Parts: sequence; C-alpha cells; structure tokens
Amino acid sequence: MLTDKVAVVTGGSRGIGRAIALSLAEAGADVAIFYAGNHSAAEETVAKIKETCRKAAAFQVDVSRSDQVEKAFKEVQSSFGQVDILVNNAGITRDNLLMRLKEAEWDQVIDTNLKGVFLCTKAVARSMMKRRSGRIINISSVVGVIGNPGQANYVAAKAGVIGLTKTTARELASRGITVNAIAPGYIETDMTSVLDEQIKQQMLSAIPLGTFGKPEDIAELVKFLASDFARYITGQTIHVDGGIAM
Amino acid sequence: MAAETLERVKKIIVESLNVDPSEVTMEANIKEDLGADSLDVVDLIMELEDEFDMEISDEEAEKITTVGDVVGYIEKNK
Repeated sequence: MLTDKVAVVTGGSRGIGRAIALSLAEAGADVAIFYAGNHSAAEETVAKIKETCRKAAAFQVDVSRSDQVEKAFKEVQSSFGQVDILVNNAGITRDNLLMRLKEAEWDQVIDTNLKGVFLCTKAVARSMMKRRSGRIINISSVVGVIGNPGQANYVAAKAGVIGLTKTTARELASRGITVNAIAPGYIETDMTSVLDEQIKQQMLSAIPLGTFGKPEDIAELVKFLASDFARYITGQTIHVDGGIAM
Repeated sequence: MAAETLERVKKIIVESLNVDPSEVTMEANIKEDLGADSLDVVDLIMELEDEFDMEISDEEAEKITTVGDVVGYIEKNK
C-alpha cells in the first residue's frame, strides 16, 4: 500500500508515534523517527520496524528548533531519499490550571506541539511541491476541539494545529499534497498512564464507546490517510475518540 | 554580463515553470506570460537565491514581475 514511500514520524519512539511508525512500515514504507531524548525507546522502535524488513533510523531532534529540524531532514534525505509522508506527532504536556500556569510551561508546549508542526512542515513542503505529491498528517487532540481544564497550553497548541492543517491544506492543494489532522481522544500511552484512577474513571464516563483507545486505532487511520485511498481528503480533522466529540 | 545572467535565469525559469525557452524574454511577465502562480513565484525566488547565492527579501521579491526585473535585481545586487 505504501511500498517504497519514505515516512518521517516525529515523536516516533513511543506511544501513538511508535504505533504509527510500525503501521507505516508494515504497509511498506521506510520510516525515520524523530525523538526528543529517550534513546533506548527509539532504538527499540527502530529494531521493531526493521523486523518488517523496511529501512528505519532514529534521529534525536528538538522539533521546536529550526536548526535541528533542518539538519535532521537533510540527513533523512541523504540516507532515505525525499520524504513522501510526514506525520507530525511529537507532543508534550505541562498541565496546570490557567491561574497557576507558568509562562515557561506555556512556551514549552506551544513550541513543541505547534511550532514544531510548522517547522517540520516547512522542511518538507518545497520538495513535496516540486514532486507534486505528498501526505502531511498532523496529530491534534479532541481537547483542541472541546477544551479541557488544566491544559490551556496543550489545548491552544492542539487547536492551533487544526488551523495550521487547514491553511497548509489550502496552500498546497494545487500541488497534489493533502494535509489532514487526527484528533485522538483518550489513548492508553505513557502520557496518559500517569493519570490517577479517579480522573481515569471520570474520563471513561465521558466516552460513549466506554473504553480508552489504543495507539493502533490512530495508526490505522494514519496509514489510510497516507495511502492513495485518501487522495480526495484534505484539510480535515478526523476524530478517533470513542465518540467524545460529535 | 547581463547576457550571462539572463542565460542562467532563463535556465532556472525553464526548469522551474516548465516553459519553452523562447518564451523567456526580458519583457515576459512571470505570472501573466509564463503562467506562474504564487507558489511557483516563491519556489522561483528560492531557486534564484540558491543559484546566485544571495538573499532576496520579501519586499524586493514583490517588486519583481518580469524576467528583466529578475536579471536587473541580480546584476545590481551580486
């Protein structure tokens, strides 16, 4: 389905990004993952991707830093070739109620979760434009649509990703590049495993389908959006959240 | 000098806009005559920056409408 395509997945060493990287590789793509700092997780994911007999490598990148992003994409291009699929998945949380939210916490989350999407998109846009093809898939969040107390920074960034997705989709549509966002609900990952039991129960009661999602639920949709089957879909935000937002 | 610059500019425009070399005259308007849209223009400016190892500011880029403008700008700023 994606044979010999080159994919970059940011935040690809763990959680949703890891599942995305594996699913793209299973569909035939070579996959470069960007990770922030967890070497062992990145190496483990690369080893796992290689089991699919596809090419894989991990690059340590702070996606909020343009110099690091540009350098990493150059390295990807020289060892993998031109990027066909970009999945902007890297994200962090620094939760706090607005009144207690520090400026640094605001900046860190906006820089990684929103500016990072801009920088990585900018890095691949020109080469995709020239080749008249490409797929950009941004991971937003259901909270970017409905809001969430204690996550003003994260919500603002994730809502920003939806706006950025629509604008990028419009700018690049004439060159056959599609740009879409996915808004996951509560997915079981390291990021959500730290939540306490009471909050988890509260979350479950807000999910019509009654269970948390799995990283694979997101990965399957990424695989579809990256494929030719999704050629006529662009600028959309697709919810994978068990029905939280309707 | 200008003739050599024109040849280099012509080559870039022909490749980047996929037009016939004969269409790329000094008077040719990049958007109207050569059919470039705004994305093509941005791409062309970036190609020129690479080829001539210079930076063309957005303000300057906006003033460029014809092939002659491109050649003139490069001659003046190289």
